[in-house]
Amino acid sequence: MKVHPLLIELIQVFVLLFAAPLFAGWVKMVKCWSQGRTSPSLLQPYRDLCKLFSKDVALAENASWIFRSTPYLVFGVTVLAGGIIPIISVDLPLSATADVIALVALFAIARFFTALAGMDIGTSFGGMGSSREMTIASLAEPAMLMAIFAVSLASKSTSLSQMAIVVSQGYSILRPSLAFALLAFILIALTETGRVPVDNPATHLELTMIHEAMILEYSGRHLALIEWAKMMKLFLFITLGIAVFFPWGIDAAGGAAGLASSFLIMSLKLGISGVGLVLIETGLAKMRIFRVTEFLGSAFLFATLGMLSFFILE
Amino acid sequence: MIRLKSLVLNELGKDAREDDSLAPSSVSSLVVPRKRFADAARTLKKDYALLAAEWAADETPFGRGFAVFACFRREQEYLVIKTEVPVGDATFPSLTKKYAAAYRFERQIQSLMGLTPVGNPDDRPWIKHEDWPANAWPLRKTFDAKTTMQRVPGEYRWIRAEGDGIYEIPVGPVHAGIIEPGHFRFQAMGEDVINLEEKLGYVHKGIEKRFESFSWQEAARLAGRVSGDTTVAHSLSYSRAVEALTGTVLPDRAQWLRALFLERERIANHLGDLGAICNDVAFTFLFYQFHRLKEILLRTNHHLFGHRFLMDRIVPGGVVVDIDGEGVLAITNELAWLEREYEPLVTIYDENASLEDRVRDAGVLRPEQARDLCAVGIVARASGLNLDCRVDHPFPPYDRISVNVPVLISGDAHARAWVRVEEIRESIRIIREILRTVPSDGLIVPIGDPLPDRSGFAAVEGWRGEILYWVQSGPNGEINRCMVRDPSSVNWLGLEQCIHGNIVPDFPLCNKSFNQSYSGHDL
Repeated sequence: MKVHPLLIELIQVFVLLFAAPLFAGWVKMVKCWSQGRTSPSLLQPYRDLCKLFSKDVALAENASWIFRSTPYLVFGVTVLAGGIIPIISVDLPLSATADVIALVALFAIARFFTALAGMDIGTSFGGMGSSREMTIASLAEPAMLMAIFAVSLASKSTSLSQMAIVVSQGYSILRPSLAFALLAFILIALTETGRVPVDNPATHLELTMIHEAMILEYSGRHLALIEWAKMMKLFLFITLGIAVFFPWGIDAAGGAAGLASSFLIMSLKLGISGVGLVLIETGLAKMRIFRVTEFLGSAFLFATLGMLSFFILE
Repeated sequence: MIRLKSLVLNELGKDAREDDSLAPSSVSSLVVPRKRFADAARTLKKDYALLAAEWAADETPFGRGFAVFACFRREQEYLVIKTEVPVGDATFPSLTKKYAAAYRFERQIQSLMGLTPVGNPDDRPWIKHEDWPANAWPLRKTFDAKTTMQRVPGEYRWIRAEGDGIYEIPVGPVHAGIIEPGHFRFQAMGEDVINLEEKLGYVHKGIEKRFESFSWQEAARLAGRVSGDTTVAHSLSYSRAVEALTGTVLPDRAQWLRALFLERERIANHLGDLGAICNDVAFTFLFYQFHRLKEILLRTNHHLFGHRFLMDRIVPGGVVVDIDGEGVLAITNELAWLEREYEPLVTIYDENASLEDRVRDAGVLRPEQARDLCAVGIVARASGLNLDCRVDHPFPPYDRISVNVPVLISGDAHARAWVRVEEIRESIRIIREILRTVPSDGLIVPIGDPLPDRSGFAAVEGWRGEILYWVQSGPNGEINRCMVRDPSSVNWLGLEQCIHGNIVPDFPLCNKSFNQSYSGHDL
């Protein structure tokens, strides 16, 4: 039975919305185990979201429309990004209209407005967070593009669906260009999703925060949307990595059975990536903030090496 | 042992005389005229003595005026210099230009006792906030502790930095974590800190005033609550000051058990601090593991001695709990277990490169700065000062225990962490020695009735550092004044200095590596 592409698109957005908190819960769970602690339930992120949605919004008197609309914008943009990345199927109508450059731009829009909202209230923490976030973004975005370009050289397309199809059809990960690009991508993904060693999503120390500092003033449903978007962003970066580097099992035919098996394989891959993420986070302390430039510099270097090795070796 | 005293006697000649009110078993003490107060300090500074504390007492109940005291320390010797201040002219010469550490002691004396330090460049109130009238001096005898204070408008004058791109970050007094309140104000250029100014006093509870309304026995409970995490060392220091005042001689067993409590408190808090330092650089694995060890120690405390933090187990005259053979066995087994669990964690701390990158060279307090600020305890030992009153001014049973003092010279967050690592190892060894030798005479003796107008002094090495108590008896033998000097009173100054040249996001790590008490400082 062939499923209509628009329906697939819709299913995928639902998977994104509801599997993202579950994945965040899984990462939290594995992290607790790795530290020898009892973990909260896998469903805890949903409870947190419910709690935040049921709370009132406390808004600063001088909050402008930017501050009020940013949570909706960030949430919307993240869902849209989820429509582009082949999570359970490569047969996505949106994927045909938007390629990986558009995806990077979508994340940039979300970041731009979050940074503006951070400065909007005029607290020093918000401004500090925005300044740090933009410093890091200016290094992470080019590195991200370079890494994806290294892969698209092989697939001869910047469309994510096309890249997934080409890589899954015979192009092996053992190609040096892909290996370099994968290394670069891991470093960038850790940065973009605000994980240790770049940022600490669990910290309460205002002075050390990057992403959290920008959203300190948010509460209630605004905070819920931003937190949800953050979980989706983590989910998307992992699925993006899977789609580009390990796309085997993502459905291309568009049948119901294919989608179901695609979903199962995706869950398995996510489970394994979650463990990998926790291993990185547990083994490393957070970097001094000025080390992040070196960190992203090496990501850029890896991506460039990937491109060079494509031309020289492949 | 009387080098400092003879120096001052030589320099000041007939002007200085011995103070006979300090009880015989306490430290040496001199009375100097007000105009020679600063000269005495200069003489001592030339001989590399450190300023340990400066405080004032209201002696009007004896028919005298006020008195200002400064306590100096060099190696084994403590010297208390007293100068009398008449009620009509409530000023005294400032020591700030000789001893930077006097800066806040004197502002505190001015705020709470109303004696003006002449020559102190900073006349802003300290501890007493600006919403109290400037002429309300709670430590004076004329001030009734029950007074409901009228609030007045006022504004604290912060140190400012101005220019293009310089911005100010106010942090606190309410923080996001579960910690005590204190305000930090940063002037920063980008991420670089230009200056940090602390404002404390948010947990000022009037403890020193409250002491004066208690009996000597009751006050031990208050001393145990000056800073909750240092309850053993504070009640020990208070009890020793009272015992010095009354000339009480303690049974040996009580002395050894006190040392056992003190070392257990040191291990528990150092474990917690090591975890917290790791947590501030997002290395949560060690945070939870070190805290697990601390928790198990606290539970053993509760099981054996009836309180997790051993609060109120030490009283003037002795201790109120005993340990039996089973308890000794439990602690011995626990120490063996602790060593097995602790050493692998230290190896992880020591060998993780990303952790090392954060803690090395962060928040360096250079040895000369530490000396200028008269830092004490772990902070001093991480900055090359070999200070530990368990060795320098040993109180029983430390006169019979050899204590190895770890001293590092790098003065960074790593040094402060590593001093703790070594001290835990040393404390484990000391506890073993205590358990092997603890004698079996009594636990507690009654303290004698204090004579009027006497004073007692005690110094105890708590886990943060040297804790000083100076108690003075009134005309009827009651508490006339109880001075408390937590190590935090001096070490907070070090934090302000060590942050220069660091970046804003490294401050929480520096702060955690100091981990000073707000309550012990604000009193």
